[in-house]
Amino acid sequence: MSLRARLDLARPGFRLAVELEAPQRGVCALHGPSGAGKSTVLRCLAGLEPAARGRIDLGDRCWQDSARHHFLPAHRREIGYVFQDANLFPHLPVRGNLEYGMARVPIPHRRVFWDQVVELFGVGPLLARMPAGLSGGERQRVAMARAVLSSPRLLLMDEPLAALDTRSKAEILPYLERLGKELTIPMVYVSHALDEVLRLADHLILMEGGRTLDAGVPGTLLARHDPGAGDEDAGMVLEARIGAHDDTYHLSRLDFSGGTLWVARRESVMGQLVRVRILARDVSLVLTPHTDSSILNRLQAVVVEASPAHHPAQLRVRLDVDGTPLLASITRRSWDHLDLAPGRRVWAQVKSVAVL
Amino acid sequence: MMSLGTEDGVAILLTLKLAGLVTVLLLIVGTPLAWWLAHTRSAWKGPVGAVVALPLVLPPTVLGFYMLLAMGPAGPVGRMTQALGFGLLPFTFTGLVIASLLYSLPFVVQPLQAAFASLGNAPLEAAATLRAGPVDRFFTVVLPLTRPGFLTATVLGFTHTVGEFGVVLMMGGNIPGQTRVISVQIYDHVEAMEYARAHGLAAAMVIFSFLVLALLYRRQRPALL
Repeated sequence: MSLRARLDLARPGFRLAVELEAPQRGVCALHGPSGAGKSTVLRCLAGLEPAARGRIDLGDRCWQDSARHHFLPAHRREIGYVFQDANLFPHLPVRGNLEYGMARVPIPHRRVFWDQVVELFGVGPLLARMPAGLSGGERQRVAMARAVLSSPRLLLMDEPLAALDTRSKAEILPYLERLGKELTIPMVYVSHALDEVLRLADHLILMEGGRTLDAGVPGTLLARHDPGAGDEDAGMVLEARIGAHDDTYHLSRLDFSGGTLWVARRESVMGQLVRVRILARDVSLVLTPHTDSSILNRLQAVVVEASPAHHPAQLRVRLDVDGTPLLASITRRSWDHLDLAPGRRVWAQVKSVAVL
Repeated sequence: MMSLGTEDGVAILLTLKLAGLVTVLLLIVGTPLAWWLAHTRSAWKGPVGAVVALPLVLPPTVLGFYMLLAMGPAGPVGRMTQALGFGLLPFTFTGLVIASLLYSLPFVVQPLQAAFASLGNAPLEAAATLRAGPVDRFFTVVLPLTRPGFLTATVLGFTHTVGEFGVVLMMGGNIPGQTRVISVQIYDHVEAMEYARAHGLAAAMVIFSFLVLALLYRRQRPALL
């Protein structure tokens, strides 16, 4: 039941022309700077942009095919849509909001159940309250539960965390993760926040200026592109398993195909899969392994190529750590001083590792 | 001294019947029209909006005069109604209803249009993504969220029709039980120097209008006017 879409929408000063494909399971994230057209893609998928032309298929169902003048209106596409600002019905209490979509799905077609969803999003205590009296985080939880209760075949999330403060975000993220794990509803998740995307996404589509730049597995994709605005955010993501805990120094060892990384102790069970992010600016290169350095993590790598960074003094070096891509940001002067070239073996010193 | 005779009673009943019927018809016709005006990007929005608003600025006699011409034996509407076997509309209750519809149209359409415009698209889009079709959306989302607009439209449409005079005189004349509404009855009393009877009706009108508007303004700030 994969999602396939080809969309074309012209607006004054903006043109959206994308082709995208999302796998049938898990979370597909649309990421890019604001104005890239991410939300517009989502609105087109939902059928909220009647002017959009193109074709949309979800599995064997065709939602739109402009060539055949076929356009299924939003209420007949089996979607759940979570808006950036929750968009709850102000005249209905939380219970009424939750029941609105569910009541419109015939009982034999319901695939999720009230108790399960109310428990999953922790909205039980809110049922009698009116939307105006809820906090931002509570509102967004109700909005997600409302969308899920309509038994959608596809969940569309339009920056559901963007309007929330850091605390509410931290409150909601676990619900989103559970959503992906406990209910097998495929999701398209729009966000310009890289940390959210990296934490949630199984598949990533990068967008810019109304077009798709690239698509693929988040880790490799981000190593290939400068995501977001520029140098500050450049980096890559890799998946690793918790291999050991060190109680003396309060560290945990993460194992991945290219080696091991030590991070501050995680309260996770051994063998659990975690995602870590390493920023290019936190990676420096040396020719011999320094044992007299305070830097804990050293990985043996091969230089793949160097490309110019935003500042002329800097270079972005792509490395290969036994099959895992890694980015380093070094100065042009260091490049020449160390006599680096593609194919050269180096040691990558990793100053910090963010566990997502 | 104030007093109400049976003729006055007939005029009051006729007025209420006229205003009630006109209000119901206006809500039926005015709702889609207001919806279209609030959402269209058509070039016709300006002209149609202006036509709807014309009764706000024109003297009622001008409106009544042209409606009389149009519905008269030589007018286009008159010829049509005669050809269809309905006869002529001026000086009938039906003619009065039609004239009142036009006359009170802006008082119903404008509050509704303002309410629909301020509602915006967001709640409708949320409802659409939750499987609600257009009619479903109207009754479960639009209607409850624009209830103050509907209340204003109903009250203003009704009271304004009760208070009309110029259009009635031009179009309906002064036929007891047919077209002689309260405002015309008061005029008749004054012409006949029966000030006491005029007082009875006029005071009743003042009190009625005051009470209705006081109720409306206590509940809310009206969407318009």
